[in-house]
Amino acid sequence: MDLVTVWFALVVLCWVLFCVLEGFDFGVGVLAPVLGRDDSERGAVVRTVGPFWDGNEVWLVAAIGVTFAAFPDWYAAMLSGLYLPFALFLLLLAGRGVALEFRAKGDGLRWRRRCDAALALCSAGVVALLGAVLAVLAVGLPLGPDGEVASRPGALAGLGRSTAPLLSPEAGAGAVLALLVAVLLGATFLGLRTTGPVRERARRVAVRVPLGAAAVALLVAAAGWTAAGTASAAAAALVLLAVLAHHRREAAAFGLACGLTALAVVLLFTANGDVVLPSTLDPAASLTRSSAAATDSALRLVSAFAVVVLPGVVAYQALSYWVFRRRVGSERTA
Amino acid sequence: MALDVLDLTRLQFAVVTIYHYLFVPLSISLSAAAACLHTAWLRSGDERHRALTLLVGKLLLVTFAVGVVTGLVQEFQFGMAWSAFARFYGDVFGPTLAIEGMLAFFLEATFLGLWFFGWGRIPPRLHLATIWTVAVGTLISAYVILAANSFMQNPVAYALDEETGRARLTSFSELMLNEVGLAAFPHTIAGAAMVGGSLLLAIGAWRTWTRPADGDPRQAGAFALLARAGAWTTVVAGVLTAVSGDVLGKVMTRVQPMKMAAAEALYSTTSGAPFSLFAVGRPGGGEPLFSLEIPYLLSVLATGDPTAQVQGIDDLQAQYSGQFGPGNYVPVVPLAYWAFRGMIGAGMLAAGLAAAYLWLTRRGRTPGAGRAGRALLRALPLLPLLPTAANTFGWVFTETARQPWLAFGLTRTAEGISPGLTAAEVLLSLAGFTLVYGILAIAWLKLVLHLGRQDLPLRAPAVVAQRTASEPGTAPEPGTAPGSHAADRPLPADVPAY
Repeated sequence: MDLVTVWFALVVLCWVLFCVLEGFDFGVGVLAPVLGRDDSERGAVVRTVGPFWDGNEVWLVAAIGVTFAAFPDWYAAMLSGLYLPFALFLLLLAGRGVALEFRAKGDGLRWRRRCDAALALCSAGVVALLGAVLAVLAVGLPLGPDGEVASRPGALAGLGRSTAPLLSPEAGAGAVLALLVAVLLGATFLGLRTTGPVRERARRVAVRVPLGAAAVALLVAAAGWTAAGTASAAAAALVLLAVLAHHRREAAAFGLACGLTALAVVLLFTANGDVVLPSTLDPAASLTRSSAAATDSALRLVSAFAVVVLPGVVAYQALSYWVFRRRVGSERTA
Repeated sequence: MALDVLDLTRLQFAVVTIYHYLFVPLSISLSAAAACLHTAWLRSGDERHRALTLLVGKLLLVTFAVGVVTGLVQEFQFGMAWSAFARFYGDVFGPTLAIEGMLAFFLEATFLGLWFFGWGRIPPRLHLATIWTVAVGTLISAYVILAANSFMQNPVAYALDEETGRARLTSFSELMLNEVGLAAFPHTIAGAAMVGGSLLLAIGAWRTWTRPADGDPRQAGAFALLARAGAWTTVVAGVLTAVSGDVLGKVMTRVQPMKMAAAEALYSTTSGAPFSLFAVGRPGGGEPLFSLEIPYLLSVLATGDPTAQVQGIDDLQAQYSGQFGPGNYVPVVPLAYWAFRGMIGAGMLAAGLAAAYLWLTRRGRTPGAGRAGRALLRALPLLPLLPTAANTFGWVFTETARQPWLAFGLTRTAEGISPGLTAAEVLLSLAGFTLVYGILAIAWLKLVLHLGRQDLPLRAPAVVAQRTASEPGTAPEPGTAPGSHAADRPLPADVPAY
C-alpha cells in the first residue's frame, strides 16, 4: 500500500471515530430533554458525556487537519465549496459545546434550562447538517477546472453558491439518517451509562426508534426508491438492535450501533472509489486521492508523527473511558 | 454599494481570530495556575490551596470551552475562505495544523476531562499529573501554531515546486526552529501569563476588600493569598514580556524591516534614530506635526547599537518595488504605530498596577487604608482588560503590519482568498459569527462573575484533619465496590459539582 492510500485510510478513520464518538454525545444532547424529565435527571444525562465530549470533538480537528496536511486540494475544495454550510456547522457546534460546559457552572434553574434548550437545538442542528454535508460530499460538488465552486452573478445567487447543493434529496436523506444514527447511539450509550428511570426510558427509545426506522426502510425499498438489498440489510440490523436493547443487552446494543455508524461512514467515503470529491460538472475536474495529495516528503513527515502519536491518543482516551466507566445517577449529595 | 469580498473576508478573519485569542491566553495561564496550586496543595495540605485549585479549575474549564469552539473555526477557515492559500501552502502549513491536533489538542481535551472529573477517582499523584499534562499540552499547542505563523512572517524550510508553482516543505526541523517562532514563543507565553495573573489578582483583591466584617476570616485569607500570587505572576511575567519583546523586535527588524519602520512611523532611513513616545502625524506621512522622542532609543531597540542605521518606510518601499515589482508595500502606518504603543502601554500599566498592589500589601498590610490604596482597589477589577488589550494590540500589529503580504515576500493576501467566494456569503457568515460570539461572550462573562462571587469551598478544620490523615485528595468512598457497574456512588460533598 502506498502512502497516499494509508493517508486516505487515516482520514476515513478520523471521520469514523468522530462520527461514532461525537455521534453519541450529539445523541445525548438531542435526547437530554426527552429522557430527562426534571433538572436533576437532565443533569445526569449531560454528565454522562461531561468528561468526554471535548476529547471526542478533537477527532474532527484531526480529520480536518489530516486532510489539510495530506490532501490540501481536497481540504480547500470541500471547505470553500460548502462555505456557508460549514460556517453554520461551526456556529452550532460552538453553541452545543458551550451549553454543555456552562450548564452546571451557572446559577439557578433558569440558566440551566436555557443551556438545556441550546444544547438540544444545537445538537439536533449540527447532526442534521453533518449528515447533509457528508451526503453532498459523496454525491459531489459543481467543481470547475480550478477545483472551486464558481459564483453566479447576483446577490442571492452569491448565497446560493455554497448552499444550493444542500437542497438536494440526497442531502435531506443524509440529514434524516444522521439524526437517526445519533438518536440510536445516544439512547444505547445512555442505556449503558445511567440508572433508574432515565435508563428505562433510554431503553424504550432504543427499542422503538430502530423498529420504526426498519419499517420505513422496508417501505422505501418497496416503493423502489433504493436498492432492496441495502434496505433489507439495514432493516435487519435495526431489528437486531431493537431486540438487543429490549433484552437489556446494553453493551451489545451500543456496540452494534457504533459498528453500524462506522460502516455507514466507511461506505460513504469509499462510494466513489479512487475519487475523493466528484465534480458534478465535469468528471475531469473530480479530485482523486493522488491528484489531491500533498508531496511525498510532507506525507512521510506526518506519517512519522501519526505512527508515534495516534496509538497513544487512542490509549489515553480509552483510559479516560475506563476511569469514568461507572453509571451516573441523578441523585446528588450537595 | 458593492462590498469588496477581500476586505470583508479580512475583516472576518480579524474578528474570529482576535475573539479566539481573548480566551487562549487565559487557557494557557490558568492551566498552569491550576497545576501549581494543585501541586502546592498536595505538598502543604493547606486547605486554602485546595479551595483555590477548585476555583481556578472552574474558571479554566469555562474559558477552555470557549477557546475550543472558537479554535475549531480557525482550522476550518483556511479552507473555507482562503482556499488558494491552503492549496499553495498545504504542504507546509497543513502538517503544522495536523501535528498540533494530534500532539496537543487530544492531550489538552482528554486530560482536562480526566482532571476536572477525576477527583476521588484517580490516585492523587496521577491526578496531579493530569493537570500538568494539560498545561504542557497548551504550551506544545502554542509552540506549533506559532511556528506556523512564523512561516508567514519569515518563510523558511520551503522550495517552490517548478511544476505546480506551489511551496514544498524541505525541512521540518527548520520550519519548527524558525528564528521568529523561537523569539515569539516566550513573548507570547509571558504575555499570556500576564492575563491569567491579573484575573486572579482582580478576583482575589476584590474579594479580600469587600468581605463582610463578620465573615469567615479564612475566606479573606485565601483570597488575599490568591491576590498576591496573581500580582507576583503579573509583575514577573510583565518583566519577561518586555525582555522577550525586545528580542523579538530585533529579530523582526532583520526579517521584516518594514514592520518595525511602520511601528515607529519612521519614513526616512536614520542613523541614531530616536524612539517616538507620542506623535501627531500628517495624513499621508512626512514629518509629524508634534512628536515627543527619546534620542537614540529606536536604534538601540532595533539593533542594540545607539548609532546604528534604521531603515525608513520610503527607502523600503523603493527597495521592495525594485525587488517584487511595482505596488504599495506600506502597511497602514497609524494602525501599526498606535497598536505598538497600545501594546507596550497597556502591558506596562498592568505590571505597574500589580507592583503597586504588592507594595501596598507588603508584610500583611491592608491596602484599603489610604486614598491611593482605595483607588487601586476600585480599579483592580478591571485590571484583566489591560493585558488582554496588550495581547490583542500585539497581534493586530504583528498581522496588519505584515500587509500586503500573506507570507512575507512570497504571496500577497489578495492572492490567498477562495476564488469563488462571494461578498454575500462572507457578509452572512460574519453576521452569524458576530451574533453567536456576542452571546458566548455575555454568557462567559456572567459565569466568570458568578464564579468570582462564590465563597471558596473551605472545609471545616475537623473534616480536613480526618481527610488529610488518610490521604490528601482521596475522599472516603462509600458505596459500591470497585469495578461494579451497579450504580454510581454518590459524590462526596467536597468534589466539585459538574
